[in-house]
Order: sequence, then C-alpha cells, then structure tokens
Amino acid sequence: MRPRLTLPRSIALPHRRGFLTAAAGLLGVSALGGCDRFAASATGQRALKTGEDANLFVQRLLLTPASLAKEFPDSEISPWFKPNGTIDPPDRAYKTLAAKSFEGFKLRVDGLVERPQELSLAELRALPARTQTTRHDCVEGWSAIGKWTGVPLAEVLQRAGLKPNARYVVFHCADTMEYTASEETEEAEEKTANPGMEQRPEGAENQASDSKAAGNEAPADEGEAAQGTPVRYYESIDLTDAYHPQTILAYDLNGKALPVANGAPLRLRVERQLGYKQAKYIMRIELTEGLTGIGDGNGGYWEDRGYEWYAGI
Amino acid sequence: MAAGSTLSGPDIVETVRRRWMFRHPLVIRLAHWTNVACLAILLMSGLQIFNAHPALYWGSASTFDKPFVAITDDQKDDGTARGIVYVAGQTFDTTGVLGLSNLNGRPAGRAFPSWATLPAHQDLATGRRWHFLFAWAFVINGLIYLLYGLGTGQLRRRLVPDADQMRGFGSSIREHLTLHFPEGDEAKRYNVLQKLTYLVVVAVLLPLMVLTGLAMSPGVNAVVPLPDLFGGRQSARTIHFIVTNLLVLFVIVHVLLVLLSGVVNNMRSMVTGWFVIERKKLPAGPGESR
Repeated sequence: MRPRLTLPRSIALPHRRGFLTAAAGLLGVSALGGCDRFAASATGQRALKTGEDANLFVQRLLLTPASLAKEFPDSEISPWFKPNGTIDPPDRAYKTLAAKSFEGFKLRVDGLVERPQELSLAELRALPARTQTTRHDCVEGWSAIGKWTGVPLAEVLQRAGLKPNARYVVFHCADTMEYTASEETEEAEEKTANPGMEQRPEGAENQASDSKAAGNEAPADEGEAAQGTPVRYYESIDLTDAYHPQTILAYDLNGKALPVANGAPLRLRVERQLGYKQAKYIMRIELTEGLTGIGDGNGGYWEDRGYEWYAGI
Repeated sequence: MAAGSTLSGPDIVETVRRRWMFRHPLVIRLAHWTNVACLAILLMSGLQIFNAHPALYWGSASTFDKPFVAITDDQKDDGTARGIVYVAGQTFDTTGVLGLSNLNGRPAGRAFPSWATLPAHQDLATGRRWHFLFAWAFVINGLIYLLYGLGTGQLRRRLVPDADQMRGFGSSIREHLTLHFPEGDEAKRYNVLQKLTYLVVVAVLLPLMVLTGLAMSPGVNAVVPLPDLFGGRQSARTIHFIVTNLLVLFVIVHVLLVLLSGVVNNMRSMVTGWFVIERKKLPAGPGESR
C-alpha cells in the first residue's frame, strides 16, 4: 500500500518501480559483455581514447623542458635490470653486427634533415655525453633503476640540422617483432602480448619466471622470406621530448657497454615516459613531418596495437 | 537540534503512517551513482592492469626475486597446476579463483579470473583505456561532490560526528554488532560509525587512490615527486592495491548494511531522495508524537 503523501509537487513520488529500473540500468552498464562489446566497436574505441587524450593534454600543460625525471643515487641501482620486449634480436644482419661488437654499426640520421648523418659508435662516444641514474617504468607496472650514459639526442639532431617542417623523431630498430604474413593468427595473439613481455626467438632459454605468456611470437631467424615481411620495432617522439635534456641515445648501462638484452648498441632514454618508448637496437633515426606512413600511423609498434603514443602514465 | 541540522529547507513531510525526510539532494544522488559506475569499472580494469604483472613490491624499484605479494601458478608435487597467492613469505593455494582459473572452459594461469577483469580476456591496452577514462570521470565527479559538499556545508553536517555522537561511540558499535539500527529522530542523521566510515572513505581512501595512481606516472613524477610521499613508485603501486582492497571491503559492508537496515527505504532515498523515518516502536514520548 502506498502511503498518502503531501509532498511538494516538484518531487517525484518515490516508488519501487523507479529504483528497480535504475538498479537494473546500472547492472546493465556494468555488465561485462556489454563493456567488451562497446570497447570493440569503433565508437567505443574513440570514446575510450578520450581519457588518454586528456592525459596528454594535462601532461603537456604541466611538463616544461625543465621538468626532469628524478635521478637516483648509484646506491639505488637495481642489481638486475630486467630486459623485456626483444632480448635477443633474431635478425641475421643484427647478429652479424653484434658478433663484431658493433664495429660496423652506423647510426643513420635522415629524413627531414639538412645534413644526413652516418655515425659510428666511436663517433657517438666522442660527442658530449650525459649520465643519468633513472627509474625505468614498464607499462606492466614494474620498475628498475639503471645508470645510463649516452649522447643527448639534441646533439645528434644539431649535427644533422632539422628542416623547418620536421616535427617527429622516428626510431627504426633492428629487431623483428613479427612477420606480416599470417594476419589472422597475429591478431588473435597480439592482444594478449604486451610491451613488457619478452619477445623471444625460438629456442632461447627461459630467463624470467613470468615470461611464460610470451609464447613463441618472436620469429625465428631462418627462413625470413618464407615467413613474409619482417615488422621491426619502431617508435617516435616529438621535438618537445627530443630536445629534453634527459633524452639520450644510451650506449652504456651501469658503466658498461649496453648488453644485447638491454638494446645494444644504442637505445633511447626518454625518461618521462614508459618503457616501450625506450626503443632498443636503434639503427636509424628519421625526422618526419607526421606519423602517417610509419607502421599503421599511430607512431610506434605498440601504439599500433592499442597503446598510447604519449606514454607518460 | 542536531537531527534537524542535517537538512536544508522544509524537508520533513508527515503522512498518516510515516514521516518522510528529504535526505539526499540531487547532486549527492547523482554523484553516488556515478561513483558506483566509476569504481566498478576502475576496479575491474585495474585488475586487468594488475594481471599484466601480478606482483607487488616496496620501494622505488621492483625486487623481482622478493615480491611482497605475488599471484601466480605453479605445479603441485603430482604435476597438476595450482594457483597460488604469495604474501610476505606465506603461500596460499587459491586454485580456481586467483592464479589459475578457467578461461573459455580451460584452466588458464592468470592472477585475477576473467569474470573480475575488464576486458575479460588479457588485454592490457584496452584495460588501461577503461582505467584512464573512468579515472577522469571519477575525479571530476569527486570534485563536484566535494565542492558541493563543502560549499553547502552538507559534507560537514553529514560526515563529521556531533559531540554527543562521539560520546555514544561504544553503544553505536554495540548497535551495529546486534544489527539494531537507529529509529526515530536518531535515524535522521548518520550514526557515528557511519559518519566516520564515510569520512575515512571520502577524505582518506579515495584521495589516496588518486595520489598513488598519479605517483605511478613517470610524466607526473617529473612535475610533482609523488612517489617520495609513499616511499617509492613500487610502494605507491602496492598502496594503490591495498587501498583498493579496503574500498572493496567498504563496499561489501556498505551493501550488506543497506540490505539489513531496510533495503527499500535506503534505495529509495538514494534514488529519489526521500527516506522514511520509522516511528519508535516503544510507546512514544512527547517528542515523538507531534
């Protein structure tokens, strides 16, 4: 029985059906299947991305060239700097370079530059250097602290001279992540992979206990042609980050030549972003006006697989 | 009068059998239900993110061989797989729920089961998108709630215990334990345990979630050294996880008490604003029968 009320007219009568409907609606919103279907739709993807857009906007607002990532005392260096992503590039060209301690390595700098460069490791080491002990934050959630020595990217860009329309610095790496042959199986697998997992060529020994999920996605060395076109790692940053004082091309880790597992001979350190931005095995730096034409156009290997381009959070 | 002071405006309506009280203004009702949606999605997408590296540490960096908490799977002596939770040296078998659970009908090694994560399958990238979008919704909703609550004085009146309530602290605990809920005038305001619990959630736990969340951002760290507040980024991540557990505990107790103390009345009041104050069942005193 409904009580007889003398409520103000503006207020709806409280009744059971009202809140049951509301409760059912809420249940509907949080229904899992619905959420996953929404996320898979084009509208859903755009909607979900607005959170990341807001993240980028606020970080660009807050971060100045003077905002430095924290640098740690050497006593806090992690005893083991967990390598992830590719830890041993399967590519024959890379293996040849590595076998001779990268004597034949030349970093190419091209694209929208006045003076394309080819710099050997010795030449890079002769340039002004910066050493920084920083925390590496993987998108998975873990952190490791390492001491990096390398040449500020700004030094290299200065030598090459940017053309006025250069906006992005694109890093082309040596390590094959996958082949563009069997797209169906790739799509099924790539969702479960993430940037923190080890990408291992077949036959490599297990090095980390939690790497079991990585599977055998990384291609084997042999029979490249038979497997399709290799997709090698690529990343990009804009000039704001490229000229940041802590953005360096590192050739040393903890005072020793960078190990292969950590990206030898050269890896990017862009300290205010997550681990997958720290491209390893850099072979070529390309200055571009935009990111279309680089992979699927989102600015990086993992960006093309759903991860945000600006990885500051 | 303390009871009347929870209200603003002529918000008590007498009917033949009942006394109606306008308890929850529209802003608070909207904020409450928005928060329900935000926290549900933040929790489930958070568990998806946790599953990408299901271990917690103290300090700045991860001590991979000595985690504080880890949810994983291993093999029993007879070779069958089991899910385990490892907490500070202790190992617990949690097969079926944590560490090892069924995914599409087959046992799969994953920290939190698919029914608890968003998306259900392993997909860190999409999990992060859900998490960040609803983190923004949560923060904006929380700011509206706080600005409204502080501006109108609702927050102080609703959540800060009155002096007489603090004196009745012990009896309030006894009432809760025996599931006797306040009636009559006392039901017009939140009781002391309610007020303190809500106060801790609103003023401590939810802000801690935002701060420890931001402390994990290398970008934000370059502007505000938040990890230092919590003893390092990995400690911040661990606190983020612990506070999540406290919030889940709060929600369980909250929903339980909503059910036990009159689910129709409670739900109606949070949907329409109107709450019924039951008359005391004891013979009414002069104050009750006006």
